[in-house]
This record gives sequence, C-alpha cells and structure tokens, in this order.
Amino acid sequence: MRSKASLGLKIGTGLGLLFLHAPLAFVILYAFTTEERSYQFPPPGLTLKWFGVAWSRPDVWNALTLSFQVAAVATILALVLGTLAAGALARTRFFGREAISLLIILPIALPGIVTGIALRSAFSLMDIPFSFWTIVVGHATFCVVVVHNNAVARLRRMSPSIVEASYDLGADSIQTFRYVILPNLGTALLAGAMLAFALSFDEVIVTTFTAGQQSTLPIWMLNELVRPRQRPVTNVVAVIVIILTFLPILAAYYLTREEGPASDRP
Amino acid sequence: MTSAVLDLPLPRESLSRRLSDALFKYRGLLLTLLLVPPLLWLGIVYVGSLIALLLQSFFSIDEFSGTIVREFTLKTYAELLHPANLDVILRTVVMAAAVTAASAILAFPIAYYAARYARGQMKAAFYLAIMMPLWSSYLVKVYAWKLLLAKEGAVAWAADQIGATPAIDSILSAPLIGGPSLSVSYFGQFLVFIYLWLPFMILPIQAALERVPGSLIEASADLGAAPNQTFRTVILPLALPGVVAGSIFTFSLTLGDYILPQIIGPSTLLLGQAVYMLQGTAGNIPLAAAFAVVPISVMALYLLIAKRMGAFDAF
Repeated sequence: MRSKASLGLKIGTGLGLLFLHAPLAFVILYAFTTEERSYQFPPPGLTLKWFGVAWSRPDVWNALTLSFQVAAVATILALVLGTLAAGALARTRFFGREAISLLIILPIALPGIVTGIALRSAFSLMDIPFSFWTIVVGHATFCVVVVHNNAVARLRRMSPSIVEASYDLGADSIQTFRYVILPNLGTALLAGAMLAFALSFDEVIVTTFTAGQQSTLPIWMLNELVRPRQRPVTNVVAVIVIILTFLPILAAYYLTREEGPASDRP
Repeated sequence: MTSAVLDLPLPRESLSRRLSDALFKYRGLLLTLLLVPPLLWLGIVYVGSLIALLLQSFFSIDEFSGTIVREFTLKTYAELLHPANLDVILRTVVMAAAVTAASAILAFPIAYYAARYARGQMKAAFYLAIMMPLWSSYLVKVYAWKLLLAKEGAVAWAADQIGATPAIDSILSAPLIGGPSLSVSYFGQFLVFIYLWLPFMILPIQAALERVPGSLIEASADLGAAPNQTFRTVILPLALPGVVAGSIFTFSLTLGDYILPQIIGPSTLLLGQAVYMLQGTAGNIPLAAAFAVVPISVMALYLLIAKRMGAFDAF
C-alpha cells in the first residue's frame, strides 16, 4: 500500500515545476507587447504587428537558414557516426569499450567552452579559416552522443534471435541489416536525429568559437541580448525558437516512449 | 553419385554476398568497420583539438610584441596564480558549488514525487515536464529571465503587488550577492543558473529513487522509524548517488558557462568569460588555454570522487 504524498511535498513539487515552466510563458507574452523600449510588465497593450516586422527582416531569415543548414548537415553526420558506434558498442564486449563510450560522451560532458576553445585552437594551429564547415564539425561532434544513446537503447531492447532467424532463413548480413535491423532501429534513429537537430539548432557556446563572421540564429539572438537593437523582433524570434525546438523534442518523445529516458541530454 | 553432385559448378557468388559472409564469419572485421569512422572523427577532431589546447597552454605570449612564443614553458600556468586570476577561479567555483547545493534541494521534492507517487499518465506528464525545459533553447531561457528580472519586469511588479519589495531590496543591499538591480546582481545570476540546470539534477535523483523499493520504506516504518527518520537514514543515503550524478552536470555546466554571466549578473568576470575574452579580444590563447584546463582538472577530480561514491550507477 502506498501512502499519500504529504502536503509539503506537493507544494515543493508544484513550486519547483512552476519555477521551471513559468519563465517561457513570459517570453511568449512579450512577443505580443506594444511596448518597444523596455520590458515593462504588465504589457501596456497587445499587438500582432511584430510578427510581420520580424517576417520582413532579411537578417533573421539569413540566420534561420544558416541554422537549418548547419543542423541538417550536422545531424546527417551524427546519424552515420552515432549509428556505427552504437552497432559496435550495443552488444559486444571488447578491450577499450569503456574508453570509447567515454570518448563519445566527452564532447557533451566537458563544459561547452572547453570543446569550443579546443576546436578553435586546433583550427588556428592548422590555419583553417572559419566557415560553414567549421561550425558543422563542432556541432556534429557533440551530436553523435544523442544518436548513439537512442540507437544503443533500441539495439539492446531488440531480441538477438530475430537477427539469427534472418540468417537461418538465408539472408546475408547486408539483407539482414536492410530488412531486419534497420526497420527495427528506424524510429529510434529518427528520434535521435530530431534531438541532434534540436541540439545543433540551439547551440551557441561552441558556435561562438567556430563561426567567424557567420551568424546562426542563436548567435543572432546572443548579439541582440548583449546589444539590443529592436527588442520586439527579438521577442518574436524567441517564440519562433521555442516552437522550432519544442516540436522535434515532442516528436522524439513519442517515437521512443516505451524505452523511457533514452534521450537524456547528459 | 555424390561426386556428380559435387561436380556441379557452384553458383557464382556476388561480391556483396562474399562481403557479407566475411562480415558474418569474422566478427572482428565487422566491429572494426563499425568503429573506424566514429573513432577517426572523435579521435582526430575532438581528442586532437583537446591536445592542441593542452599544447597551447604550455606556450607563452611575448609581452612586448603580443605574439605567441611556441616554446615549452610553465610561465602561463604561473600566471593563473596571479591574485586577479585566482579570484576569478575562486568566484566561479563558489558559484558552481552554491548553484549545485540549491539545485539539489529544489530538485529533491520533484524527483521524489515523480519516482514514488506519479503513475501512468501522470508519470509521462512528469517526464515531459522535466524534459521540455531541459531541451528548450538555452538562449531563450536566459532571455526569459532578462525580461523577468528587469527593473520594470514581472518579478519587481509581483513583489510590489504582494508587498515584498522590501525583501528584494534587502537582498540587493546585501554585500557580495547584491547590486543595483536583480538583473545585475550575483543573486539574480544564481537564480538563473539554478533555473537552467535544475532538470539535469532532477533526472538522476529520480532515477536513483526509482530503484528504492517501496517495501524498504515500509520496513523502516514498521521498525518504528518516524517519517523524517526514514528520510534521513533510508531514503537520503540511497538517493545520494543520484545527487552526486546530478551535481556533475550542475557543477560542470556552471564552471563553463560564459553566456549567462554576460547577460545577467555583475560586470566582474567568471571563468568562462575570462577564457572567452583572453582568446578573443586579448589574443592571449596560451592563458585562455591554461584557464580552460582549470575546469577540465576540477571536473576530472570531481568525476573521480563521484565514481567512488557510485554516482555512475545512477544514470
């Protein structure tokens, strides 16, 4: 028999959850404010005009496009590398396995600034100029882990006997991969890709070190936060970012629901 | 008779068939093929970069020309011990420790409720309620607090409505943590750090608590322990590995953050900002690299202690 939760526990939980969720509600509210110069609360009036203003700003569109391109390429790279690593690490045991697991987690376990400055100093030692590709290299490195985690969780849940059955029925390794393993792995990879995309789309710390003159959407936002130009446009962009990261994460959750927290960002 | 069968020409094996046979027969080959691309990538791009960083920290900067002298020296590390630099390190570590402690206290009730009382739909709702803020955009979250903590913002308005303005004023007038307004005080920075990293603390504590069998708590009650005794002597020790696992994230993330301190908090630097400014405007990559080695070594030490305490079983 389970006793009921005490009132103190309920209040503590409720306040904690409120603390976690209320701030973003304010961001959404501020996207509609008529106040331009300050963060006055409560807003003196509500309007939809800033969505139109943001829509017609080429700098917002450029940043959004660059972020999409970077996230797409980084996700594809992470998908390939993460799936391969998961295939190797999910079931087999071999010397150095733990070290490789650590290596995969390290880019996200160490503070972002360490990854960022390490990449930057390597680029500068090798005289590589900053470009689209230097951003992608940084992003792909820390996205491998989310694809890997999702794929490993699914591979471990998959019964090894279906692979054996496939061999017994005469399929070769490539056919087995194509017709047995891949369909089983599909939704986990899709979920991993969504999370990797969201992670890359939102990344700012490593990007500031590897971007040079280009500005992804988070870099654009950072510039606006440090030196505000038109606050209402920033508010609108913030709401767009909330929506664009919310959707893939929700999708990833529904794709891997049965597995529990496989998608933890460490 | 049998020879007739054996004399039949074998069907020509396609290349892909032979390849997949080889992969099946030699497991090591498959493993190698799977591992080489990710290892090459992480090994060259990531470990290579870390080594490059470490190398740079042993270089020094020529004080007159401002160029980097590529010779081995410990001079740059000695510079870290300069009082101003030590101050930056100390301030950051104290902030990280305070954020970690406060996050653990705030996270515990949520994790406990989610692990012991939430079931079915409620459990899924809790999971999403913790995951969504964790994954939402970092910058948007920081921005939300810039709105909230502004002088004319919602927190000041709410405090005014319930008559709590004197309480906020007394925090702001306190030495060290105070400042002219919440958005430029250490206290405000501390609040936002907790907000950012709280989900990272909830998840491992919840995972640790999920593994505490309910019968253990009943047994403790049956043996005459009062609820707070059960909490102190049964639940807390079993949850501790989860707390330590969570603290790895809150500590590491606070140590390395340099975006939040630019936007919320006083103008004095935290470690991350020092690294960023040294490598950027100051062009002193060796000192920036030496600074970056500090969080790496603090975290290495931390991980070592955490491993001893069994924190890695809590993931």
